[in-house]
Amino acid sequence: MPTRSQTLAKATSLRSMFETQGAALVEPPILQPADTLLDLYGEDIRARAYVTSDALRGEQMLRPDFTVPVVQMHMAHGADPARYTYAGEVFRRQEDDPARANEYIQVGYEVFDRTDPAAADAEVFALISEALSGLQVTPVTGDIGVLLAAVDGLQTTDARKKALMRHIWRPKRFRQLLERYAGRAPMPKTRAALLAGEVTAQTPVIGKRAQSEIDTRIEALRSDAASPPISTREVDLIEGLLDLKGTMPQVLGRLRDLAMDLPQIQESVARVALREAALKARGINTETLMFEASFGRSSMEYYDGFVFGFRSEMRPDLPAIASGGRYDALTRQLGHGGEIPAVGGVMRPGLMLELEGAA
Amino acid sequence: MTLKLGVPSKGRLMDKTFDWFGERGITLERTGSEREYAGRVEGIQGVSLILLSAGEIPRELAAGRIHLGVTGTDLIHEKLALWQQLVTPIEKLGFGHADLIIAVPQCWIDVDTLDDLDAAAAAFRAEHGHRLRIATKYHRLVREFLREHGVADYTLVDSQGATEGTVANETAEAIADITSTGETLRANHLKILTDALVLQSQATLWHSRTAPFDTAETEALAILMEKLHGGRAVTARQSPPVPD
Repeated sequence: MPTRSQTLAKATSLRSMFETQGAALVEPPILQPADTLLDLYGEDIRARAYVTSDALRGEQMLRPDFTVPVVQMHMAHGADPARYTYAGEVFRRQEDDPARANEYIQVGYEVFDRTDPAAADAEVFALISEALSGLQVTPVTGDIGVLLAAVDGLQTTDARKKALMRHIWRPKRFRQLLERYAGRAPMPKTRAALLAGEVTAQTPVIGKRAQSEIDTRIEALRSDAASPPISTREVDLIEGLLDLKGTMPQVLGRLRDLAMDLPQIQESVARVALREAALKARGINTETLMFEASFGRSSMEYYDGFVFGFRSEMRPDLPAIASGGRYDALTRQLGHGGEIPAVGGVMRPGLMLELEGAA
Repeated sequence: MTLKLGVPSKGRLMDKTFDWFGERGITLERTGSEREYAGRVEGIQGVSLILLSAGEIPRELAAGRIHLGVTGTDLIHEKLALWQQLVTPIEKLGFGHADLIIAVPQCWIDVDTLDDLDAAAAAFRAEHGHRLRIATKYHRLVREFLREHGVADYTLVDSQGATEGTVANETAEAIADITSTGETLRANHLKILTDALVLQSQATLWHSRTAPFDTAETEALAILMEKLHGGRAVTARQSPPVPD
């Protein structure tokens, strides 16, 4: 195991590499206000982050990642375009696997640039790939934007599309919803009784959720029951898309075929192709680069476009050595009316040293 | 040294535990005044009684400060991450039955399943600008359950007592709590979601996997097991692990 000072020295050298690329150094505080993170990630973040509190500032979290504070800082007073780098500890609760570190050093690089998203994606990926050269790691890429576009273009109601979009990052739930909207899952008896008007409340309305909200939902359920199911053909196409994996050339071929039947993904598939060209221009061998359509779906992050991760084949027990992606929507959510295309990635110098030591 | 048996220090859980051991020829009793937490064991040699709050028994078992302990499955699962590595269940005692459930107001006629709860939470958040609040003291169990079932847009708020009242008081929209008969829920105009049984709990005798056992303690455990099982042999599962 590398010592802490070895890890810090490695982190500093990686950070200098990004500074050489013109990135400004940022150092967000370790204690972050809990409300922003809770609002973004919900209860899941409590299972992943350490929460502490004092009587003055209320709940705070030990920085579980750098992206959110960097985005907040950029949206408040950042230059346009801007590039940032940072190195420091992040803290993650580990309640299931004692072998996983609950405190480790991350080095990151974030690009806020409107001019050429494909080039920015390739820039982040190529710099991290270069920093990892010499290590036995394998990259996987994906694109959440293709999935979002596919759902957005389904021949069904906006309410269903919205519900599916909301659960893109929860694969099991997503599949259940899709099955239900396709009319493949039976309606629960209680739901049928409710829609038939057989259920009435004899009890007082208590709590903050008002009668009008209950009525609105019943109305929404009625209108959903009256809507035709999503066609088997569309469900099969979506499921085919979700299962898609292979090398970049293989997947691009398949995506172009799928786009004939799912015209809504044409633009996002074109973006994948542009990115492939940009990666090639950066010297990445895309012939062997893996692409998995569902990659990044079960991560907690708010990635909505390009996603990537580097793992060690020799040490499959280790978490990703580096990972990242595009998070345009996050800049909108934290931007108070502003927004900017953004992409970034992080590396774990401690794991890199561990792999170097083993080689 | 003696084999340390942790038992809840008061109430029905203590009385029922004493009865359960009594039926098996082991007399447990409190000694001294009503208020003194000291106890005595008769009918078996080399066992000492440690009276503790039921909520602290998981921690004491995990730390190996007691060899055996009686407490609910709910408390073990909530308080100990990776509980299987720390404790082993020896016997379900057949009382203290309680289900950890999720309940919502009865007037929510549109909400009957977790699927409904998830959809209602999304609409609630859009309407009120904050997540749907679920009051509970079982944070870890409830969070894991809801994540497993893909429920989003909720937040857990801590409630250490009178949880059923939080909805009427508008400090929460739903609750997750232990119930045995459901009477308190009904009295507070709440109903249980049909598919939201988080955990079925009952009083259980646990064996600490971290406590060191010396020769005398190992012997006392073997004799205790024999009495509990009416002379049946002690199975491998119940024999103490070798301390590292």
